[in-house]
Amino acid sequence: MKREIISLQEVTFTYAEEDKSMRPAVNNVSYTVYEGEWVAIVGHNGSGKSTLARLMNGLLFPQTGKVRVFGEPLDEQSLWDTRSQMGMVFQNPDNQFVGATVQDDVAFALENNGVPFEEMVERVKRSLLKVKMSDFMNSEPHHLSGGQKQRVAIAGAIALQPKILLLDEATSMLDPQGRDEVLSTVQQLRAETDLTVISITHDLEEALLADRVIMMNQGNKYAEGKPEEIFQRGQELVDLGLDLPFAMNVSRLLKKQGVTLVAEHMSEEELVNDLWTSHFNK
Amino acid sequence: MLEKMIFGRFIPGDSFIHRLDARAKLIFVFLFIAVVFIANNWITYAILVLFTFLIIRMSRIRLYFLVNGLKPVVILIIFTFLLHLFFTREGAIIFEWKFLRIYEEGLRQGIFISIRFFVLVILTSILTLTTTPISITDALETLLNPLKKWKLPVHELALMMSISLRFIPTLMDETDKIMKAQMARGSDMTTGSMKERMNAIVPLLIPLFVSAFKRAEDLATAMEVRGYKGGEGRTRYRKLEWATKDTVIIVILLILAIILVYFRS
Repeated sequence: MKREIISLQEVTFTYAEEDKSMRPAVNNVSYTVYEGEWVAIVGHNGSGKSTLARLMNGLLFPQTGKVRVFGEPLDEQSLWDTRSQMGMVFQNPDNQFVGATVQDDVAFALENNGVPFEEMVERVKRSLLKVKMSDFMNSEPHHLSGGQKQRVAIAGAIALQPKILLLDEATSMLDPQGRDEVLSTVQQLRAETDLTVISITHDLEEALLADRVIMMNQGNKYAEGKPEEIFQRGQELVDLGLDLPFAMNVSRLLKKQGVTLVAEHMSEEELVNDLWTSHFNK
Repeated sequence: MLEKMIFGRFIPGDSFIHRLDARAKLIFVFLFIAVVFIANNWITYAILVLFTFLIIRMSRIRLYFLVNGLKPVVILIIFTFLLHLFFTREGAIIFEWKFLRIYEEGLRQGIFISIRFFVLVILTSILTLTTTPISITDALETLLNPLKKWKLPVHELALMMSISLRFIPTLMDETDKIMKAQMARGSDMTTGSMKERMNAIVPLLIPLFVSAFKRAEDLATAMEVRGYKGGEGRTRYRKLEWATKDTVIIVILLILAIILVYFRS
């Protein structure tokens, strides 16, 4: 059994505690994330997925239920320690860029944690190399694309050598190219280290890359399972306000037109393979 | 819009002045302001002008940029020149026309004050043109550090300054976007009376403020998540290094002061 990294037990959180008519943003949710996993938390707007992100790193504390990180309960005392172990990347590339230049921004978390100067220089270099942004060390944020800024944010997060990388809609404001840049950076990081990734997203293409998907709806955990299992639900997902991956959409439409296809397809490659072999079986 | 900004405008280069420690440059400019007031006759002012041109040469900044930097203060310089010209009543009269009388001393004072303005503005522009805003902030933070004893939040002030500088281009872009969006909706910001134009600014400012607050909130969250908890126990990525050349430039300034004292009347 792998080591547990984050676990939520029957967590409930309401933004307006006094107002009983408001439904809780997160209602009685439990799940566990294990070491080295990539877990995607999906759901449409207002499903409570961003609140979950804030509960996991102590920006918010639940009214009932427990949040444990590395087996220890998350509270005011363990907060800063936990945060130094958890890198987080937010949605808006501009609003999380603190430094005046790329290297200053990557160094920000290191400065906060009192890392000595010589080590800091080394780590900034290494982190930027990992996200392939070394050529932009001295660039100012307004000269970078959205994808580049998000990669800098990832470099800033991994400079602290965290165990967990938390992506809170990190790709939702990017163009397709920027999105691919960011996702391939994360994939490559995971190949090199035993980084645990939790990505919060409404993009099911991104969720496909995960080992496990947790689906949120109206503050409740709706389903949990491998991406294939979740995507089997097809129409159900559409009804919950999620966009199916492109290949799945095409394959569903093709079936509607009477094209015989073997199964549901999640990646373009699978679909293409099935399409060009579909006549062999006749 | 961005091109017109003089403040925080930095011209990359590798001159002697560029390579000086930002603290040395700050101290230099502050001391220079005092030194300028030593001069009080033709020789001393001539020395000051000569010295200023020497510094310009050393910074290898094209005169064009300096002249550009002077533009906003030219009117102020002319105004003070005229004030001194007309209102100083000393020495021999050198020009008389109806009620206008220009005295020798007035002309002299006017020229001196203009020179004083001119060299001060040139030298401060050289400071901002050859130093990155981030180094200026860093230098200010270290120089003001002793004031922490009197509970001045030096670190917080420096951080605020560097974040504001970092967000200037972002907010400029945003303003541009909102302006275009409002113009697309038929709002007219360039014509009409003063009052009409002022009113046209309101629909520009409100969205800008709303988004600035949103950005501030996001930034605060991002900073907290990245472990920011104030200046205590923080290390610094930017290191300022005081070298011999920094001491040299301050000594040169002191020598200038001594020469000026010797020649002043």
